[in-house]
Amino acid sequence: MAEDNIQIDPLTGEHRIRNFNINFGPQHPAAHGVLRLVLELDGEIVERCDPHIGLLHRGTEKLMESRTYLQNLPYFDRLDYVSPMNQEHAWCLAIERLTGTEIPRRASIIRVVFCEIGRILNHLLNVTTQAMDVGALTPPLWGFEEREKLMIFYERASGARLHAAYFRPGGVHQDLPQDLVDDIMAWCREFPKVLDDIDGLLTENRIFKQRNVDIGVVTAEDCQALGFSGVMVRGSGMAWDLRRAQPYEVYSELDFKIPVGTAGDCFDRYLIRMLEMRESVKIIEQSIRLMEATRGEDVLARGKITPPKRAEMKTSMEALIHHFKLYTEGFHVPEGEVYAAVEAPKGEFGVYLVADGTHRPYKAKLRAPGFAHLQAMDFMCKGHMLADVGAILGSLDIVFGEVDR
Amino acid sequence: MDAVDTDLEDLRDLVVSRRSEDVLGATIVRDELTITIAAPAAASFAQYLKADPNCRFTTLVDITAVDYPEREQRFDVVYHFLSMPLNQRIRVKAAVREGEFIPSITGSHPSADWYEREVFDMYGVLVSGHADLRRILTDYGFRGHPLRKDFPTTGYVEMRYDEGLKRVIYEPVKLTQEYRMFDFMSPWEGTDYVIPGDDKAKGR
Repeated sequence: MAEDNIQIDPLTGEHRIRNFNINFGPQHPAAHGVLRLVLELDGEIVERCDPHIGLLHRGTEKLMESRTYLQNLPYFDRLDYVSPMNQEHAWCLAIERLTGTEIPRRASIIRVVFCEIGRILNHLLNVTTQAMDVGALTPPLWGFEEREKLMIFYERASGARLHAAYFRPGGVHQDLPQDLVDDIMAWCREFPKVLDDIDGLLTENRIFKQRNVDIGVVTAEDCQALGFSGVMVRGSGMAWDLRRAQPYEVYSELDFKIPVGTAGDCFDRYLIRMLEMRESVKIIEQSIRLMEATRGEDVLARGKITPPKRAEMKTSMEALIHHFKLYTEGFHVPEGEVYAAVEAPKGEFGVYLVADGTHRPYKAKLRAPGFAHLQAMDFMCKGHMLADVGAILGSLDIVFGEVDR
Repeated sequence: MDAVDTDLEDLRDLVVSRRSEDVLGATIVRDELTITIAAPAAASFAQYLKADPNCRFTTLVDITAVDYPEREQRFDVVYHFLSMPLNQRIRVKAAVREGEFIPSITGSHPSADWYEREVFDMYGVLVSGHADLRRILTDYGFRGHPLRKDFPTTGYVEMRYDEGLKRVIYEPVKLTQEYRMFDFMSPWEGTDYVIPGDDKAKGR
């Protein structure tokens, strides 16, 4: 390759250097999944970065068109598999808006608790693996221990550690047992200490700062032009958070802060994720206190789109028929279109749903935050060193389940 | 900051009056503003939405398309814009025929690049003025546009590693079981076929 790269000009005798193209991935540990980056390098400086995506494309949107609304719900767990319930949430909101369903307050609070657990799950993974991309080995070990505990909460609520299918149109699948609620509360008291530990490992770490400060800087204007959302815009100084700006569920009743960066670099984004985890803990604690008042209430808006109570099915023929029809034919959603977005941990996750009045969606478009963020790789990497590509990619927080769909 | 629905009608009236030559229709349903425009105006309309001080739709949220095979203008290209400074959203729709070009909005929104590639890949909607209209999500060398309603969910080709040839080969899809599409229409509410057994009752 070396002879190939350098040619000597026969007239002037000077070296002519050709740019070097390399493939980064799709089997690279820092590619966070199946990303193929075609990098054009001038020495070690990145001149052009062309991400090739679609290696994990499963045709989710096509599959959704031939399944009922309820059957489509588990697909959302498989998009961003790091924070499954946040995705389900957008789908439930879209259906609830089209059908005009009001969900019970207890369900709403439970959703907030699990959305914030999802946010912590996501940020723990991202912060610690980004640190691993720049050379730190210990943070993932410490972070994953906490993720394990959170996934057990997932399991105790839904029966599954990852692909929960717990949020349902009209509420949540089942009520939380009280001892699970108590355990989540106990965990909230323990967790900030773990965050302090990770903080101590990374925040003032010389190597970590050298690799992240002033790397991948984006201004607030660039953020908007590039279609960023979530932590990516907050890192650049815009206090934009859908939980505050366009509140859903009970977020408007909760007291939490929105961390905002100043520099718009990888390090600010790291700091924001760390602070957001602390805010999420506060939200979970407040929600559990709100939940006290709703103990024993129903968690599903009983109606056409939700199953009847089990006990009712033992005595009522209508309930039995309803149950059978719901799980075979599924419920019908009135004709119309809706765009429902939630503040997923990675940014704005949205569902554009076109319903034609039948039991299957006519069209569902999943708007993944990672898609827009990954698109900006060329913009962000240009002029940086090859080694910074990993740091930038890590701070974008990419999961291929949602980018490729 | 709760200005999402109160100012929506004002916004609609403003956009319709400023760009009356491009706007074909405007509706507000469930607190969502939808503007239908003529396809050739897409680029200038996006530019206007970004620049107008009362709109400031500086963020492109999403571009997608919806396929209606029975319509003459088969595809609806759907744009979603968001204004973070003014906290408002808008949906813009433009209908295009198969093979008709729609102008690219990458001039005003660089992030449209991949979304337009995706619409091209999935629906075959052609975008004029796009610098690099390659496929994005499907395989290298893929044929067809998977999200069109006439594209089968199973696809046309399947891929496997051939031990004899020592490489990956493509061959036509062979289903070991027929693709199952259940029809849940209630027989009391109008099926358009004869239910098995009914033919006997009528003595045929």
